[in-house]
Amino acid sequence: MNKLAWIFKMAWRDSRSNRKKLFLYLAAIIVGVAAQVAISSFRENLNDSINEQSKELLGADLEVEQSSPFYDELEAYLDSLGGDRSDALSFTSMAYFPKSGTTRLSQITALEGNFPYYGTLKTNPLSASKSFQNTNSALVDEPILLQFGLEPGDSVKIGLITYEIAGALQDVPGQPVAASFFGPRIYIPKQNIEATGLLQRGSRLEYVAYIKYPEGTDPVLVDETLDAMNDSLRFGYDDVAERKEEVGEAILYLSNFLNLIGFIALLLGGIGVASSIFVYIRQKISTVAVLRCVGASSNQAMSIYLIQAVVMGFIGSTIGALIGSLIQLYLPVLVQDFVPVDIELGLSWTSIFIGILTGVSISLIFALFPLLAVRKISPLFTLRSVDINLSKLLSWVTRITLFGLIGLSVVGYAWLMLQDIIAALFFTFGLAFCLILLAVIAFLIMAGAKKLNPKSFGYEFRQGLANLYRPNNQTSTLLLTFGLGVTLISSLYLTQDMLLGTINFESGEELPNLALYDIQYDQNDGVNQIIQNNGLELLQNVPIVTMRLQSINDTTVADFLADTSRNPRRWALNREYRSTYRDTLVSTEKIDSGEFIGSIDDPDKLVPISVSTDLMGDLNAQVGDTIVWDVQGIPISSYIASTRIVDWQTPQPNFFVVFPTGVLEPAPQFFATTVNTPDREASLKLQQEIVQSFPNVSAIDVGQILSTIREFIDKITFVIQFIGLFSIITGLIVLAGSAATSRFQRIREAVLLRTLGAKQRQVVKIQVIEYVFLGIMAALTGLSLSVGASALLGYFYFDIDFIPNFTILGIEVLILISLVLLIGLLNTRGIHNRPPLEILRDQAS
Amino acid sequence: MSHILKIDQLTRRFKSGSKMLTVVDNVSFEIEEGISCAIVGPSGSGKTTILGLSAGLDQPTSGNVTLNGIDLTPLNEDERAEVRNLHVGFVFQTFQLVPTLTAEENVMVPLELRGEATKEVRKRAVQLLEEVGLGDRTHHYPTQLSGGEQQRVAVARAFINNPKILFADEPTGNLDTETGEHIENLIFDLNRKEGTTLVLVTHDLELADKCDRIIKIKNGEIESDISKGKEVVA
Repeated sequence: MNKLAWIFKMAWRDSRSNRKKLFLYLAAIIVGVAAQVAISSFRENLNDSINEQSKELLGADLEVEQSSPFYDELEAYLDSLGGDRSDALSFTSMAYFPKSGTTRLSQITALEGNFPYYGTLKTNPLSASKSFQNTNSALVDEPILLQFGLEPGDSVKIGLITYEIAGALQDVPGQPVAASFFGPRIYIPKQNIEATGLLQRGSRLEYVAYIKYPEGTDPVLVDETLDAMNDSLRFGYDDVAERKEEVGEAILYLSNFLNLIGFIALLLGGIGVASSIFVYIRQKISTVAVLRCVGASSNQAMSIYLIQAVVMGFIGSTIGALIGSLIQLYLPVLVQDFVPVDIELGLSWTSIFIGILTGVSISLIFALFPLLAVRKISPLFTLRSVDINLSKLLSWVTRITLFGLIGLSVVGYAWLMLQDIIAALFFTFGLAFCLILLAVIAFLIMAGAKKLNPKSFGYEFRQGLANLYRPNNQTSTLLLTFGLGVTLISSLYLTQDMLLGTINFESGEELPNLALYDIQYDQNDGVNQIIQNNGLELLQNVPIVTMRLQSINDTTVADFLADTSRNPRRWALNREYRSTYRDTLVSTEKIDSGEFIGSIDDPDKLVPISVSTDLMGDLNAQVGDTIVWDVQGIPISSYIASTRIVDWQTPQPNFFVVFPTGVLEPAPQFFATTVNTPDREASLKLQQEIVQSFPNVSAIDVGQILSTIREFIDKITFVIQFIGLFSIITGLIVLAGSAATSRFQRIREAVLLRTLGAKQRQVVKIQVIEYVFLGIMAALTGLSLSVGASALLGYFYFDIDFIPNFTILGIEVLILISLVLLIGLLNTRGIHNRPPLEILRDQAS
Repeated sequence: MSHILKIDQLTRRFKSGSKMLTVVDNVSFEIEEGISCAIVGPSGSGKTTILGLSAGLDQPTSGNVTLNGIDLTPLNEDERAEVRNLHVGFVFQTFQLVPTLTAEENVMVPLELRGEATKEVRKRAVQLLEEVGLGDRTHHYPTQLSGGEQQRVAVARAFINNPKILFADEPTGNLDTETGEHIENLIFDLNRKEGTTLVLVTHDLELADKCDRIIKIKNGEIESDISKGKEVVA
């Protein structure tokens, strides 16, 4: 037998009676790797599905869209392409369902042609997708049919036309289910669309052409031609390659983000590994000393435990990879609504391999801390019983090298995931900062507990508190692992709550909860009359005039667009502006600079306008700059007299540009009106009456939108929390591991106390006090950090003042304390009702 | 008669807080091959430190240790481990068996470390266990054995590599009188039979009396060195 074989043999023999002790070590790695493999397998399957279904993402080879009928030049080019073509008009409009007497703002697509060319419009019945154009009937999103108790054969009124519902729309190629969150999709034939009466001035229409190339078309050439044309004309287009890239990128970002959250679980598992191996090696000091005594070299001694750590890491990672492969079967349920393809699942061997490799590497790197200390265990320990601190056996150089190795591994992995070194460094430093902060807090808690342990308190309390700082305490481990998990999950909860809080207007009595748009000039009085007849207060009735930018300070928009080094942003130059005119500011605005001029007498002079600060930035404009507007063919010259800070978060019409009275009154215009309805029934009744009298008027039911947004945010955050949950589970496992490894020490203490006359109740009380303290500390630390993180997110990212929800925090504290206490007490189960000697004998084995 | 162990001006100091403690102070002696020698002295006199230094378990602050003709002083820890493996056997007061190994496996470890063939090693281990009266307990773990039985396993392990010298630290300190005597007899019998030099540290003067030579240590220095038939006072 050679020396290497002996090391393996010894590793095997030595592990025989310890495997149970290493189960929790395994579990920490299992959970971390499971999270990794689940996410990366899912991503790979999703990418495969996108590649396989790439043409179905668009339903055609090319999609061109424009907010007005196509330019002649564009039309001519599209005609020259040949192939097959479908045309559609997309817009939002109220849909009225006579059977249920309900209305809903819907996304209408009036289609003509054989779209989709790839994939199918899935409908129930199947034939409806083919027949609805010939039978002049409609396809309506299935969820809305179910919600209103409708079925094929019933009718839907869109504008002035009532269509028979030919079928329930289940799936449109390239559109995720989430596409219908903000309004059900309704497909109607394009022929006769004018008869709906909806194509009026002010209506937001999107003209779309879907093209299937004839054989031999070069998609790259088409792309280049359209790109060149797009420099001077305002239209949008997408081909299969571009759509695939867009979808792929979005999914990559999401899965990378989830992967990093999962990676945190694995890193926590790594901390668990280091902690359990430390305790494990501590129990092995005398064994190592004996082996050293009888001739084992320091490397041989270390290798025995290195092999055990690697093998356990491999077993844990393999089990984790298998579990992860199973969990990915559940992930489509979570995200199917957000992805535009049918996800086909399969085993991803690459993900499994990378997962196992990552798991083993993490196990190995973290285990090196205690393992390198094995090399320093002296054979002299056989002669003297020495209580050594393993971590102190390592030199500073070794420690710094190991931390550097861990840091490099984290940066490397994050770089691999994010494909961006700066982001990877941010992730690593952020994580390191969090961990250092948690370690410092743990140190302060231990120091504080030591200093402040009140002598006037009972013995049990003092002993329980003292357990926080005694040798081999669990304070640091718990705060690092559990604390980080809590920080992560709680940040998600609080951020979700913060976002939902900003749209919680329902209870605001003075805020509008119904907004009516696209009211034509001649309909305004009629709509107002219906509102008054319903006994409702009209909060706002604002005129809206559509216009486009013609020039800024004598430079035309075309000149700006031709200049690639321009400062104004493209969208701001290109968009159709919907401006209003009034002589006062409203409650959601305040002047930032300049002077608000509310009215003018001579419209032929330069018109003083007020521009929102957001748009000022995007136009790169200054107060005093002149702007010429194209108001539906009439140029109007203006100058920026003031800038306004606008609170866009309130559900009422707000404007980038406000004109004074005395200029736009004669221009073609339409109105937007806001109303506060006392309840949902009143809101539905008003919508119904208005839509029946004025079918082109759109009603935005704020309550409906808010519940949709809430549902959307809930779904997104659930996906993130699901992955984040792995960190909490790992934290709990590490806690359980830490508690289990100190079980013998606790039992000895408990037995000693009982031998000295302590009652069982007193022993239990000490343990309860210790774990309650630990729970409180971990919960408060994690939650405080999460409040900080959420506040920073709110301030820097969402621009929201964060006010923590103390109900959520209170519930979290209670849950976390209960969890820590439960694990702690489970660890000491069965030692209270047995004779001390029996327990000591058992544990010694 | 040649010397198996030469201790030359050995000093060992430890740091205790801000002070340096001299535990062994300029000690020199030589031990002839094949004899049995007891190192005795009160607690804290430095006898276990001398044993540790003599066996190459520790490095002296100054002075030299030559074991079986090998100067241990310039060797690093791994090189000294090899010397121990080849030439030294140990018996400790607290038995120091590896708890995760069976009796047989514990005995085999020193030879296995050399990479020797398992079959022969196993045969030798079983033979030694039989000699110490544990032929029927070869597959028992330390926790399944009594204190006396564990020490017998330790004795078997100490002799498996045919050591030139056996160091024993209070080998009967944790045992009752009857068991202790049994272990003493075993050690001395095997010592004679295998021709091994025996160096033991003990408080037990009766046990020390059974040795050919007694070195008495006090305050880190040799107080007396008595060989059967002649006395040398330091």
